[in-house]
Amino acid sequence: MATPRALTAVFSSPRALSPVVLLVLLAAWEGAVRALHVPAIVLPAPSAVVQALWLEIRSGTLWPHFLVTCEEILAGFGIGAIVGIGLGVLIGQSRFLEQVFYPYLVAAQTIPKVAIAPILVIWLGYGLSSKIVITATIAFFPALSNTIVGLQATPREQMEMLRACTATQWQIFCMARFPQALPYIFAGLDVAAVLSVIGAIVGEFVGARAGLGYLILQMNFSFDMAGVFSILLVLCLIGICLHLAVGLVRRRVLFWTAGQADPLPGL
Amino acid sequence: MHDSMTGPCAAGHPLVHIAGLGKTYAGADGLPVQALDGIDLSIGRGQFTCVVGPSGCGKSTLLRILAGVMPAGSGTIEIAGRRLDGPSRDVGVVFQSPVLLPWRNILSNVMVPAEVQKLPADDARARARDLLDMVGLSDFAHRYPGELSGGMQQRVGLCRALVHNPSLLLMDEPFGALDAMTRETMNLELLRIWHEKDATVLLITHSIPEAVFLADQVVVMAARPGRIVANYPIDLPRPRRLDMFSTPAFGAHVRRIRSHFNSRGEID
Ligand SMILES: Nc1ncnc2c1ncn2[C@@H]1O[C@H](COP(=O)(O)OP(=O)(O)OP(=O)(O)O)[C@@H](O)[C@H]1O
Ligand SMILES: [Mg+2]
Repeated sequence: MATPRALTAVFSSPRALSPVVLLVLLAAWEGAVRALHVPAIVLPAPSAVVQALWLEIRSGTLWPHFLVTCEEILAGFGIGAIVGIGLGVLIGQSRFLEQVFYPYLVAAQTIPKVAIAPILVIWLGYGLSSKIVITATIAFFPALSNTIVGLQATPREQMEMLRACTATQWQIFCMARFPQALPYIFAGLDVAAVLSVIGAIVGEFVGARAGLGYLILQMNFSFDMAGVFSILLVLCLIGICLHLAVGLVRRRVLFWTAGQADPLPGL
Repeated sequence: MHDSMTGPCAAGHPLVHIAGLGKTYAGADGLPVQALDGIDLSIGRGQFTCVVGPSGCGKSTLLRILAGVMPAGSGTIEIAGRRLDGPSRDVGVVFQSPVLLPWRNILSNVMVPAEVQKLPADDARARARDLLDMVGLSDFAHRYPGELSGGMQQRVGLCRALVHNPSLLLMDEPFGALDAMTRETMNLELLRIWHEKDATVLLITHSIPEAVFLADQVVVMAARPGRIVANYPIDLPRPRRLDMFSTPAFGAHVRRIRSHFNSRGEID
């Protein structure tokens, strides 16, 4: 039995309390579904979701769809990040270029990606490439905007110190502005990683022959609610893994910011 | 301006010649701030000049203009007979804050000017190590700036200003964050380097005794607008020794300079 002292410890530490809250919510969900005899077609109990997931893994139905969606997410995220950072570096070179181009990029960003997804599917077909492009357009913007902001974040003193010893613009970029931008870039990549999951699923909803989004639609048609929820759980896990991976690389690259605030602490 | 300043030069011609220098900042509220007005100053080759003056009188502004990182507002500046038109390879600058790059270790922070100027890496690294040794930081060569105290970071900034062996040194309160003992040691080391290299030094300080101890001439500035109100030659014999602090001649210099400051540390 937990002693009062141990309970106090759990309630005063967010890291310890957070999983407790999850367990309590799941238990309440399970209890409510059972006590109120909620039909599985409306809301499946957590136990039914886990069971459905287990069956999908055992039967091998999940795996090929999982791979397709992961491929779309990773390729889309990679392309979006590289293009976003690259363009950000070009535009972030000067306030002048930023003021010329940024309004159009923001305007392009306000177009809902869901709305252009059907166009991309028509252009690029039902295969992987349309999903990768949709994912990339979603992941692109946070990488771009954070790169631009980060490149302007170098303190005046650092620029003056480098200029005083006759550094060229390129040397100042390599020695100060880019490293200074990295914390911002990683914060952007973190957002982009999580958005990539949305991108891939949106693409699959619009038109696909495989993938977890496609699977969700199939299960919806056959009223397999527990199945749908189990796929949502998988998508959630993919997002968390991406977030953790970005965080891992971030801590390795930005070793000098250790102890400073994480943009998304706790995970 | 990329040539060396140690070439042949007409005898008696000052290395740095400033005439009628003025600088006005556009303040954040749109009102102009006159940071410098009508500055005339000559610094002879190999001379050690100290600048003292109350906070906000434009000392750092003067130094940043001389370093070529900020344009002058009005007036002319000549260095080694040439009009100042930007930063020079042959100048070393110590800024008021240490400005270290947090992602570089101490050794590679000291190496920055050598890297920028593409000096032979092995020589520069050996020199950087010697300099770190001189300021007592050789054990910290592979640490990162975040692990060092303010005074230690300031000493790293000093090494960085010296690593490319410049003949003109511009120093903005380089020892401001140091305790009295370390400060005296640093002063002696600085005089030794200055003497060995035959460098020309402009050093800003808040300490009048420090200025007298180091300098050939002490320039006194006043604020609003930033201007030079006095310029005292210091004729104490060289090499300077710490026991000179207590000589009557030293005290007389300090009193004379201090007479410009009222009890609030401002200039009347
Ligand atoms: N970038 C700037 N923009 C606007 N005003 C400035 C700027 N830098 C300095 N000033 C103003 O110019 C004046 C001189 O500043 P400066 O930094 O040269 O003083 P200082 O003599 O070095 O002072 P301290 O001894 O405190 O370092 C001050 O009134 C300050 O407010
Ligand atoms: Mg200053």
